Amino acid sequence: MMRCQRGELQLQHCNHCQHVVFYPRTHCDACQGDSLSWRPASGKGVIATYTVVRRGVSADFPAPYIIALIDLAEGPRMMSQIIDAEPEALSSGLSVTVDFESWSDSITLPVFRLATGRTP
Amino acid sequence: MRSQALRGQYALVGMAESAVGVVPDKSPRELCVEVTLNAVKDAGLSLADCDGLITCNAFAEPILYHAEAVAEYLGWQPRHCVTVNTGGGTTFMAINMAVAAIAAGMADTIVVAMADSLRSFMTRDQAMVVQSSSGHPHYEQPYGPTVPAYYALIARAHMDRFGTTEAQFAEAAVSCRAWANQHPNAQKRELITVDDVLQSRPIADPLKVLDCSLVSDGGAAVVITRRERAQDGPHKPIYVLGYGEGHAYEHISQAKDLTTSAAVLAGDAAYAAAGLTPDQIDLMQLYDCFTPALLIQLEDLGFCRKGEGGDFLASGVTRPGGSKPLNTHGGMLSHCHPGNPGAMFGLTEAMLQMRGAAQARQLADIQTALCHAQGGIMSSHATLILGVEETL
Repeated sequence: MMRCQRGELQLQHCNHCQHVVFYPRTHCDACQGDSLSWRPASGKGVIATYTVVRRGVSADFPAPYIIALIDLAEGPRMMSQIIDAEPEALSSGLSVTVDFESWSDSITLPVFRLATGRTP
Repeated sequence: MRSQALRGQYALVGMAESAVGVVPDKSPRELCVEVTLNAVKDAGLSLADCDGLITCNAFAEPILYHAEAVAEYLGWQPRHCVTVNTGGGTTFMAINMAVAAIAAGMADTIVVAMADSLRSFMTRDQAMVVQSSSGHPHYEQPYGPTVPAYYALIARAHMDRFGTTEAQFAEAAVSCRAWANQHPNAQKRELITVDDVLQSRPIADPLKVLDCSLVSDGGAAVVITRRERAQDGPHKPIYVLGYGEGHAYEHISQAKDLTTSAAVLAGDAAYAAAGLTPDQIDLMQLYDCFTPALLIQLEDLGFCRKGEGGDFLASGVTRPGGSKPLNTHGGMLSHCHPGNPGAMFGLTEAMLQMRGAAQARQLADIQTALCHAQGGIMSSHATLILGVEETL
């Protein structure tokens, strides 16, 4: 995830059928082709569904925190956290934009925050 | 079992349940041994009469060769011996594997036995982490999802799409508890109301603690054999009429549809094999790991229309006295949920009801039952339809 450390979200595109693949794979999950390219993503998406976790999975994850499935503008759906949002401000369908949080010295995760302004 | 060729050819002839809830005095392996022996005895058989064993592994006491270890403990050398691991769906996939093994001549009489001790042999935190580890290690788990959180994502999607309410999810917990109230061994028996569920501790919005199944110790076993061998036992044989599976994905973030599951596929295949329709099912024993899962299964298995699961539950038909009895032992929400063996108790309860041996909660004339289980996060599904002699 070196790209995330640089603050870039990239997605795999299938060179054969143009399907956008997520999570990253050795083979396209639409056509099973094995020629895939990384391309920059817009970092934009909408909330497909979400939950406010009130009891964290372990001491490393102090609750509350927000987990969501994000429908990325390029097509794929990914799990992520929504940061810096009040639970009351959330609803499915809201626009979000990517941000990055360091998870350890070597790993940086893409997270999302509510987009300001209107959905394009 | 796409065709009806196997319909009625195999029967469940023995069953046993251990004590459930908090059972600190026996390890998972010891519980598995206990229910194996008791199920064989219940069938009027001895171990020497049985030549197959199918088990599932235990989170609290993992054993590399689990079924072999249980057989060895008993000093038994079954000619067919295998450990199955399909998460919550393990129970009915194991029953189907037993049918297939007998049909293939690999065994004649098979014990399917499962036990685990998530309550007494693991800490709450260990149980939480081990179950959440079903998430994708790189693309889900780093965000800290819990198993209730995965199901909360599904619950929210159902609310957004169909207007389902938190109170309607709560009805599932209330219904299961009302049945558990009549079961002397259920882990949670005190009656609850929709308000009790809504006011209980938040876990992962919109789910509260009473929307979540229990954490339990316990085990159960059944004995399955050919129809012609099933006639001499002490109990009414319970026949396998149909079975089906559906597998849609493993990780919830890969689901194409959050509100309709592969239970549709499993149910369709099982109904076709059984030659039955949902309205011909007398008893529903579904997989209630969380209240939204139960609600969606009611829809996907055809007991009500898509989007109407909330109204169906709120109408009260699934509770004691209702026309559509559901999880009459109390389900995993109230009877017990020892992990992968959880759905075994839905099966043994169906057998008790069809035998007419369900004591205070016995229903009149249960001839058919549909048992459903799922693994992962509503990912893989298994449906088993059972019937008595009169349905053949």
